[in-house]
Amino acid sequence: MNDMSRVERQVDTNSIKLECRDCQVYYGDTHAIKDVNVDIEDKTVTAFIGPSGCGKSTFLRCLNRMNDTIDIARVMGSFKLDGEDIYDKRVDPVQLRAKVGMVFQKPNPFPKSIYDNVAYGPRIHGLAKNKAELDEIVEKSLRRGAIWDEVKDRLDAPGTGLSGGQQQRLCIARAVATEPEVLLMDEPCSALDPIATAQVEELIDELRSRYSVVIVTHSMQQAARVSQKTAFFHLGNLVEFGETGQIFTNPEDPRTESYITGRIG
Amino acid sequence: MPILWLFLIVAAISVVGYVMGRSRALQSAGGDIRGLHSLPNFYGANVMLKTMVPAFGLLIIWLLVQPLYVNSQVSGMIPDTAIKEGSSRSLVMAEVRRAASGLDAAVSQGQLPASVARDPNADVAVVTQGLKDAGQVVTSEITQPILNAAQSYTSMNAVGYSAMSVVVILLALAGAAIGWWQTHADYRARNVVEQGVRVLLLAAASIAILTTIGIVLSLVFNTWEFFKLYPASDFFFGTTWSPSFSGRGGSSELGIIPLLWGTFYISIVALLVAVPIGLFAAIYLSEYASPRVRAFAKPLLEVLAGIPTIVYGLFALLTVGPLLLDVFGDNGLGWMKAGTAVMTAGLVMGIMLIPFVSSLSDDIINAVPQAMRDGSYGLGATQSETIRQVVLPAALPGIVGAILLAASRAIGETMIVVLGAGAAARLSLNPFEAMTTVTAKIVSQLTGDADFASPEALVAFALGMTLFILTLGLNVFALYIVRKYREQYE
Repeated sequence: MNDMSRVERQVDTNSIKLECRDCQVYYGDTHAIKDVNVDIEDKTVTAFIGPSGCGKSTFLRCLNRMNDTIDIARVMGSFKLDGEDIYDKRVDPVQLRAKVGMVFQKPNPFPKSIYDNVAYGPRIHGLAKNKAELDEIVEKSLRRGAIWDEVKDRLDAPGTGLSGGQQQRLCIARAVATEPEVLLMDEPCSALDPIATAQVEELIDELRSRYSVVIVTHSMQQAARVSQKTAFFHLGNLVEFGETGQIFTNPEDPRTESYITGRIG
Repeated sequence: MPILWLFLIVAAISVVGYVMGRSRALQSAGGDIRGLHSLPNFYGANVMLKTMVPAFGLLIIWLLVQPLYVNSQVSGMIPDTAIKEGSSRSLVMAEVRRAASGLDAAVSQGQLPASVARDPNADVAVVTQGLKDAGQVVTSEITQPILNAAQSYTSMNAVGYSAMSVVVILLALAGAAIGWWQTHADYRARNVVEQGVRVLLLAAASIAILTTIGIVLSLVFNTWEFFKLYPASDFFFGTTWSPSFSGRGGSSELGIIPLLWGTFYISIVALLVAVPIGLFAAIYLSEYASPRVRAFAKPLLEVLAGIPTIVYGLFALLTVGPLLLDVFGDNGLGWMKAGTAVMTAGLVMGIMLIPFVSSLSDDIINAVPQAMRDGSYGLGATQSETIRQVVLPAALPGIVGAILLAASRAIGETMIVVLGAGAAARLSLNPFEAMTTVTAKIVSQLTGDADFASPEALVAFALGMTLFILTLGLNVFALYIVRKYREQYE
C-alpha cells in the first residue's frame, strides 16, 4: 500500500475520525473482506466504489456493527472511532449506532407519521426533555434533510406516503436527528430518479460541514461529484484509496483504471 | 342399468375417443408432430372432454331432476280422500315410496309374482301379505290408491332410468363423434383443453361457495319456522334459558342472552390466555430464536393445533378442573363449587388457541421487511425497542386479524365447553361458576328426544344462525384488516 504515506500526511489538515486496520470479515466460510486498511476523516465525504459483491457494503456495515445482526458474519481487525475500539467488549453496539448513523439503499421509513419517524431516535436516546424540545429537534433535522418545506404542513401524514426521493431524505433526516458523528450511506440514491438523486447529493455536500460521511455507490460520477476521498474495492480487497481527483484522473493501480474506464466490473 | 355400468360405458367410450382422436390428428399431419397445432395428446384429450363432460353433466342433472319430477307426478295421483285425518301428503308419499321399494324387494325374493306386483287391480290383501312374507316394513294396510301410486312410482322410475341410460350413451357417442370429426392438424386442441381445465377449477370453486349458500339456506328456513312458533323478541332479549323437556309444552323460555353471555365470557377468558402467550411465543420464534430452535419449536407448537378438541375437553375435565378446584374450591379459597366452570373451559380453550395466534402472528411478523429492523437498529435502537416500536406496530393489523380468527374459533368451540364448563345456562359474573355456550346448547337441543317440529328443537337452528352471523362478521372483519395490512408494503 504505497498510498498510505499520503493518507497519513493529511492527518495534519483533517483529523482521522475512524481508523480501520487489518479488517477481515467472514460470512460462514466465505472470506468477504481481506486485510482492509482505511482511515475515514472528519468532515469529509468518503466514497466506496467497486463492482457488485466486492465487499464495500459489508465493510460499511462493519463501521457501525450492523453485521452483528447477521448470525453467520464474523468481523476481525481493529476499528477505532476517535481512538476507541468499537469492537471492544465494553462498547454497546446500540450506543455506537447512535453515534454512527446509517441510511440504507432502499428508503425505509417506519409505518408511522413523518414526525414520529424523525422523533424515533431522539425518543429512544432521551435527547429531548419535553415536547417543545422534541419539536425543535424534528424541525431542525427535517431542515437538515432538506425536506422541511415539503412536509411541514403534514407532519402527521404517514412517512410511507411520500415519494421515493422524499422518503430517502426523510430517512436521512431521521438519521441526523440522533446527532451522529459519522453518517454511513449504503447506495442512498440507487432507488431514486435523477432529480431526487441531485437533491440527495446536494444534501450530502451540506452534511459534510458537520459530519463525516461515508457513502457506498455504484455510480462513479456520483463518487466523483460528492466525495473528497475514494476507496476502490475489488473481490474483498481494498485496491486503492486516495484523493477522489487522484483516483479518477490518475489511478495508481491498473485494476482501478480498468474499473473507472469501464473495462471490468 | 346400474349407474356404475353407465359410468364405465361412458368412460370406455371416452378412452376409445382419446385414442382415435390422437391417431386421427397424427394422420392428418402425415405422422409429423411438428405439423400439428398442438401435441397429439391434446387432440385425444379434446375428444375425451367432449365425450365425458356433456354425458356426465346430463347424468348428474337427470339424477337430480328425475326424483323431483316423479314425486310430483305421483303425488298428484293420490286423491285427497286417501290422505287420512292428521296426516299429510308428504307422509303418504313416504308410504308410497316404502311400498314401492317393498314391492321390488318382494318380487326379487320370489314372495310375490311380478305380475301381481305390477297389476293395478291386484288384491290389496294379497299384496300386503306378500310384503309381510318378504319381511318388508309395512306400517299399515296398503290401500288401493297407495298401491296404484307405488306401482306407477316404480314404473316411472324404471322408464326414467332406462331413458337416461340411452340418452347418456347417445350423448357420449355424439360428443366423441363431434370431437373426432373436429380433429385436424389446424384445430386448436390445446386451447380447448386449457378452457376445460379452467372450467374444472371454476367448478371446484363454485361447489365450495354453493355449499356455503346451501348451509345458510337450510339454517334460514328452519330459523324462520322457529320464529313462527316462538316470538323473536323473547328469543333475542330473554334472559332465561329453560327449555321444557316434555317436547310439546309451551312453558319453554328460550332466551339467547345467557348463552351469548356464556360464549362471550368463555371466549374472553380463552383469548386472555391465548393472545399474550401466543404473541410472545411468536415474537420469540421470529425475532430471538436461532434457526435451529425455530425449526424445532415451531412444528412442536403447531402440534397443539392438531389435537382433537375432545381430547382438550378430557384434559379440562380430568386435569384442569380438579386442579382449579384444589386451589379455588372449598378446601382452598372457596369460590368454586365444581370442576366444571368458565375458568376451566376458558383456560383449556386458550391453550388450544395458542398455536393459531402464534403461527399466524409469526408469519405476519416475518413479513415485516428486514429494512424496517435495519432502519431501527441503524438509529441505535435495541432489539426489544425495535420490536415494540417498529415491528409490532407494522404487524399490528395482521396480528389483530389473527386474534379475530382465533376469537371466531373460540366462539364456535363445542367439545371443550361441554366437558369443561358444564351445562347450566346462567347469567353470572363469577368465572368459577358453571356456564354454557350457544354451541353446547345446539348439541343438547338436537340430541334430545324433542319433536323435531317443536320450538325446543327448532331453536337450535336459530342459535346456529345467530352464531353463524356472529362468526361470519368476525371473519369478514378479520380478513378486511389482514388485507388492509397487506397493501402497506406494496
